[in-house]
Amino acid sequence: MSDPITRPTVGAPRESVDPSAVTEKPEGTLPRGLDRLGERKRARLEQLAQATADKGGVSLVRDAFRRLRRNPTAMVGAAIVALFVLVAIFAPLLAPHDPAQRFDELTRNLTVDNIPGASSEFPLGSDPLGRDFLSRMIHGSRQTLFVGVLATLIGLALGVLVGALAGAFGGWVDNILMRFTDVMLALPALLLAISLVALASRSSQWTVILAVAIVNVPIFARLLRGSMLAQRESDHVLAARALGVKRGAIVLRHMLPNAMTAVIVQATLTLSTAILEAASLSFLGLGDPDINRAEWGLMLGVDGQRYFEVRPELAYFPAAAIIVVALGFTLLGEGMREAIDPKSRR
Amino acid sequence: MSLLDVRDLSVVFQRKGERPFTAVDEVSFSVEPGQTVGLVGESGCGKSVTSLAIMGLLPKRGNKVTGEVNFDGADLLKLRPEDLRDRRGRDIGMIFQDPLSSLNPVIPIGTQVAEVLERHRGMDRKVALKEARELLDAVGIPDPTRRLKEYPHQISGGMRQRALIAIALACKPRLLIADEPTTALDVTIQAQILTLLKQLVDETGTALIMITHDLGVVAGLCDTVNVLYGGKIVERAARHDLFARPRHPYTHGLLNSVPRLDSPRGERLHAIRGSVADNIPWAEGCAFAPRCDNVVDACLDGPPPLEPTANGGDLRCNNPVSEEVAVP
Repeated sequence: MSDPITRPTVGAPRESVDPSAVTEKPEGTLPRGLDRLGERKRARLEQLAQATADKGGVSLVRDAFRRLRRNPTAMVGAAIVALFVLVAIFAPLLAPHDPAQRFDELTRNLTVDNIPGASSEFPLGSDPLGRDFLSRMIHGSRQTLFVGVLATLIGLALGVLVGALAGAFGGWVDNILMRFTDVMLALPALLLAISLVALASRSSQWTVILAVAIVNVPIFARLLRGSMLAQRESDHVLAARALGVKRGAIVLRHMLPNAMTAVIVQATLTLSTAILEAASLSFLGLGDPDINRAEWGLMLGVDGQRYFEVRPELAYFPAAAIIVVALGFTLLGEGMREAIDPKSRR
Repeated sequence: MSLLDVRDLSVVFQRKGERPFTAVDEVSFSVEPGQTVGLVGESGCGKSVTSLAIMGLLPKRGNKVTGEVNFDGADLLKLRPEDLRDRRGRDIGMIFQDPLSSLNPVIPIGTQVAEVLERHRGMDRKVALKEARELLDAVGIPDPTRRLKEYPHQISGGMRQRALIAIALACKPRLLIADEPTTALDVTIQAQILTLLKQLVDETGTALIMITHDLGVVAGLCDTVNVLYGGKIVERAARHDLFARPRHPYTHGLLNSVPRLDSPRGERLHAIRGSVADNIPWAEGCAFAPRCDNVVDACLDGPPPLEPTANGGDLRCNNPVSEEVAVP
């Protein structure tokens, strides 16, 4: 790089701008030398301005996204998540058959110790009821995404509400809400979820979603409350108070948005645990009783377990799908945490 | 009538099971319209607590504020919280020490300027943003249209402080409290910001309370100066008098501690003996006595009173530095 011969070319672009600017210059009143210098300076400035112009502002979000993109593990996670979401969205187009339909070709040979394997029409073979296993796997992604996302969102919303109230008011409101979350956190998540589902008179998809959501409320609430309290002491909140900004506006515009980063990152991580918890509930038979609904946890728990010795794939595939998807969300979430958390910035 | 008249303001911090700590002890001073008043003292002398008490920004629990803060005919300490909130930002603006942490990191600069306009002058967002552009222009931020959309971390420290000044002055307050506004800035930027403050204060007729530990800032800006030590005012004087003839040994020591370019080479820098930790409570005598070169027996008998001096100031000292001894 320090080769003296190649060095002068570094300045080349600047030289190339100059001559045209100088030759096109009309007869000015300024002395030639000074004018030329001004011209040159202006051209250089313009060049610099162009180089920096369209970048505009780099917002926190864009900055974090840039860091995220440089993290290979996060990108693997993002790829898994993207694939999973695409499969879920386009499931009806991707699946070769109706997941609930029983096919004569499959039921014909179906016995307790023989489940038809792969054929050209049914790439993954049959399930214990003579339905297309591949189609059920593909449609299962929808169910997993739906339950996972909805449970996380409901948990997030409730957790943010509780955490924001506790953090914004402090005092006895904080005390009551936080002791309540302490109680919930003291119970193991799955045990709490099972108890909640058991409370419902009839289990359905929604009891699973609600149970998983409620289990995650204290995690969000506690996290948000902590950062809200930190925000309350921050200089910019003091500055906002010094400007006479109203209390509600301070909480909603100055404290909450600054406190949310940690919670949003947690939401990605919670997505993976929510998927695992929902699958666990289905596995234990506490989920939706509808046998036509394709759900990975249910497929693993009922079909996979019962016919493991006949066709182990019935267990392998749903289990692998659950693990890979949960892993994807975890990797993405960890990457996001690293990207947003200023302490781990490189 | 004075714009702001602080009478016997005391702030006592109390925590359960601990001895109460008097951070501000019967401080009285007044600010005339358009005047610049300095509050000077070292860390922990009660400068910032005084300003927070005036604004009513101290935490609700754990402290007791007594005295009067008369602003424009009303005692700010007795106002209902909502009324005080209406006055903050509209009648009294405030600039803080650290410009980065005093701006909300997730909101663009323009919106932050606009917020105070919306709040106090009832503008809608569009008008407020236009006004915000003008304000940013007025405080010397280049390319204000672009800056409106930028976030605090994207602009330089000097520009952030300019933006904060724009926010503080947005509603044309009659009093501006600047709490060490240049401490977090480079020396070159400090000069720019001080010049800007001076210019804005002159143009708008805003009174300014300048809180600082930097005597250079005081020399360039303040009309009168209050020197605080251990929560009490120990000397009050016009700027010129204070610098030419400091009477209190503490003020004298402070001025002596400023390194000078024309002092002989190799000479040791002056410093005041001891540290704030050596202070004795005011009730037992002069808090500065253990560090003072002029200490006499009377200093340990009880707090010396604040007495008027010949040239219109006030002094709290039993044995002041004689008027003849000028700062070298």
